[in-house]
Amino acid sequence: MLKLDNVTKVYKTGTFGGESLPAVRKVSFEIRPGEVTALIGESGSGKSTLGKMILRLEPVTSGTITYEGTDIARLKGKRLREYYRHVQGVFQDPFSSYNPVFRADRVFATIKRSYFPSVSNAEWHERVETSLKSVGLNPVDVLNKFTHQLSGGQLQRILIARALLLDIKVLVADEIISMIDASTRVDVLNLLSNLKARGLGVLFITHDLSLGNYISERTIILRRGVIVEMGATQKVFDNPQHEYTKMLLTAVPQLHKKWEAGLEPELAAMGVNAQDDGRPGRYSRSSLHPLANMHARKGRREFAEHELAEGLLRTDTYLRTHEEVPPLVEIEDDHFVVESTRVH
Amino acid sequence: MALEVDHLQLCYRTLRGDVRAVDDVTFTIDDGEIMGLAGESGCGKSTLGNGLVRMDVRMRQLAGRVELDGEELPISDEKAMRSFRFKSVSIVPQYAMSALNPTRRVGKMVSELLKSRGFDYKSALPELERRVKLVGLDADVLKRYPIELSGGMKQRVVMVISTLLNPSLLIADEVTSALDVSTQRAVGEMLLEFRDRKFVKSTMVITHDVSILAQVADTILVMYAGKLAEKASADVVINSPLHPYTQLLISSLPEVGVRHDEHTLVGIPGRPPPLLNPPAGCRFRDRCPFAFDRCAEEPPFMEVKPGHSVACWLRTKGAAPAGGAEPC
Amino acid sequence: MTVVGHEGDLGTDEPVPVDKAPVDSTGEALTAKKRFEFLYFAVRNKKLLIGLSVVVLFALVALLGPLFVKHSMLAYGPPFRPPSAAYWFGTNYFGQDVFAEFVYGLRESLFVGLLGGCGATVIGMTFGFLAGYKGGMIDEALNVLCNVLLTIPGLVLLILIAGFLHHTSAVIEGLLIAGTTWTWAMRAIRAQTFSLVSRDFVGLAKLSGEKSRSIIVREIAPNMSSYLFLVFILLFGGAILVAASFDFLGLGPSNGMSLGIMMEQAADWSALPLHLWWWFVPPGAAITCVVGGLYFANVGLDEVFNPKLREL
Repeated sequence: MLKLDNVTKVYKTGTFGGESLPAVRKVSFEIRPGEVTALIGESGSGKSTLGKMILRLEPVTSGTITYEGTDIARLKGKRLREYYRHVQGVFQDPFSSYNPVFRADRVFATIKRSYFPSVSNAEWHERVETSLKSVGLNPVDVLNKFTHQLSGGQLQRILIARALLLDIKVLVADEIISMIDASTRVDVLNLLSNLKARGLGVLFITHDLSLGNYISERTIILRRGVIVEMGATQKVFDNPQHEYTKMLLTAVPQLHKKWEAGLEPELAAMGVNAQDDGRPGRYSRSSLHPLANMHARKGRREFAEHELAEGLLRTDTYLRTHEEVPPLVEIEDDHFVVESTRVH
Repeated sequence: MALEVDHLQLCYRTLRGDVRAVDDVTFTIDDGEIMGLAGESGCGKSTLGNGLVRMDVRMRQLAGRVELDGEELPISDEKAMRSFRFKSVSIVPQYAMSALNPTRRVGKMVSELLKSRGFDYKSALPELERRVKLVGLDADVLKRYPIELSGGMKQRVVMVISTLLNPSLLIADEVTSALDVSTQRAVGEMLLEFRDRKFVKSTMVITHDVSILAQVADTILVMYAGKLAEKASADVVINSPLHPYTQLLISSLPEVGVRHDEHTLVGIPGRPPPLLNPPAGCRFRDRCPFAFDRCAEEPPFMEVKPGHSVACWLRTKGAAPAGGAEPC
Repeated sequence: MTVVGHEGDLGTDEPVPVDKAPVDSTGEALTAKKRFEFLYFAVRNKKLLIGLSVVVLFALVALLGPLFVKHSMLAYGPPFRPPSAAYWFGTNYFGQDVFAEFVYGLRESLFVGLLGGCGATVIGMTFGFLAGYKGGMIDEALNVLCNVLLTIPGLVLLILIAGFLHHTSAVIEGLLIAGTTWTWAMRAIRAQTFSLVSRDFVGLAKLSGEKSRSIIVREIAPNMSSYLFLVFILLFGGAILVAASFDFLGLGPSNGMSLGIMMEQAADWSALPLHLWWWFVPPGAAITCVVGGLYFANVGLDEVFNPKLREL
């Protein structure tokens, strides 16, 4: 439905734009209807840039993004507006998404002006109310209020309601819950998941693996603008191949599993029991950021992490020094990893 | 006892009256303990943490007393606090990125800071370099400008600087919020290491992210709408909490391995009450599925099991509703 | 009460009472509640009230003055008379009624100031919004234009242009001033626009199919309304001053009267050595008071709009 093909984005920086900063490099994937695709990456991975390019808020440097076969870079004027009827976005900061001078429900009025000028006010009001109810909001609670009178969760849901008033097929959700309270996050997440049932394709951009795992069918792991691993969520999480994916999984703080426990598979593979690790301090900073100093420390747990870090450093160095991006290799059905990991 | 807070009340002065951000809070943090202060926006945790170090101009202390190492901590006296800050009490702020002066090299900034506290930079330098290396940075980071460092590096540098004089109390205010997962882990492990190596005596970690607390904290204190809801060891708070708010909060957090189709999580409906004119009685009453008549009266924060305190009538002996719903 | 990853922007507001939603990210929002708040502080701000009163006073004199003028401005009467009941501001070298001159001169000065100020504001806004919103080549081009104009001394430019025109009127003068004093306004508005353009609500407006011009007018400008107001006040005051200097040099409207022309005539006809203080003190004082009042009110308004400057 929405297809990215070798999309690349290079920013020009420095005086007279002499230097170039690649933000996204040869990314290809598809957003399919009725599915949530999680795009996972840390800061600097280019995930937000991808979201903006899909929403035509940033131009593509090379490669194509096609929607239903049409290259979106060519759309202008009326055709661009039609595109937005099918593809919409919600951003990270709910308070920045609203013009603070006006009431929050003005976002509906703006949509009406552009897309539904001939609909009567009464009917529009009804549609708005229906849409609000479908995202779990009580219209009385949120209409006619200013932005600061509403919570982050309510604001994000209003934006989803706004998008649903159009006839959208694709929703780009860029870190939409990271700035709302923990107790309401899951409600918005559940909402996103329910949109699948309506046939929507959702691109869920996040840095938090547990969220991606919760609602997505497919996962794409992005590192420095390059896809390092992607596939069906279950497969990527149960059988992570790339060092970066493994590192993400071990580093994510969890409620019921301590950080040390994350390395059990690696340690088990080396025949080491995680408990009999007798090193003095528990600090193992060096292993996590491969570009930091790599101290040669004793201790088997660090060795496992050291291995991960080594692999990650190899990938990073390769990406930094080579123009071309290593291709993805299918290691099992619907599970792809970037080739350079195969090089030991 | 490193830190003792007794019936502390802090408020913000606004045009429309006093916002009671910290309403009668009592707790202690032992030496060597890492206490997590958890809660959502507007619960008062940041006010509490920041108030212990430096009261904002709009803040007022209405009541209560704070003691550090047996000596009173004069938090409302700006001048008197100067001799405590950085030496006995230190804070690692949110947005470490902005905490570093962009026009100074890091080392220069540290030397100015030490000089203002009456310490000599040169004699502190070996220890400073040792600690910088300990957190995985090069010693030459001291010669760099902040703009040359990444967000994670800046956060680590700020942490080293904040703990340089081995404070008795370290307050970490949302230090992992804006960071990548790998740096979050690094910072979390740094907090643990600093405690293990006795660079700090007691630590207060303020965050809305309970999963970070699960990794680093010994005890967790949950705040809701300016009041204390629950305090217990981290294990207990996460696995067998007693306060309905804590229970609902913990059960609404997605974890790796939990999928929506298998197990749909549920959030807490409604919003926290306004702190300008808080309602009488238990502040969680409107959103609590187990509320009953007694909740119209404010429950005291008391120890119901050894090391486990809750502010909930359901847990206080003899107050639970007859044959009533017991939360599991 | 902190929220993850929130960026500071135009400057955080007053303490957000904890009863509101998590961090209020507005800088200079004019929500209904805030409008009321502005009004509350506005009527209590001494600087604003004093400045505004002075300006209003002179405006009233300009409006209603002609009703009180007894003698025609051009009629010749007894010269060198100090202020008296018959001639409220006395007479000048030629025996003309200084009060009459003053009233009509004030009208003209205010008119030119208003025209110049409004014109400069409009130009500054147009160019500023365009440059800030569009960026790229348009921004570069407008910047070049702005910088060129900035380096040319305004008064010299005006003198040169006036030299080419055979006949100047108040309107032309006003337009000339508008055309040369807009530069700093454009710079300031452009900077503010830059910071607003990157906000998500502008992105959302684009996603709603709004055209650029619509976005500027409906989304960006309202956010800066307090700032635009301040810009206008400063340009208005500045225009009066420039016009006065212009007139003083003898380049003013050929057959008109303005405060600057009064002062020019006073200087030309030796008012000072002849001790005809009533000829140049009123116009000088009027200019000083009006412009001073405007600037004073501006400072007060800044305090009203920016909570950090208020002493609470």
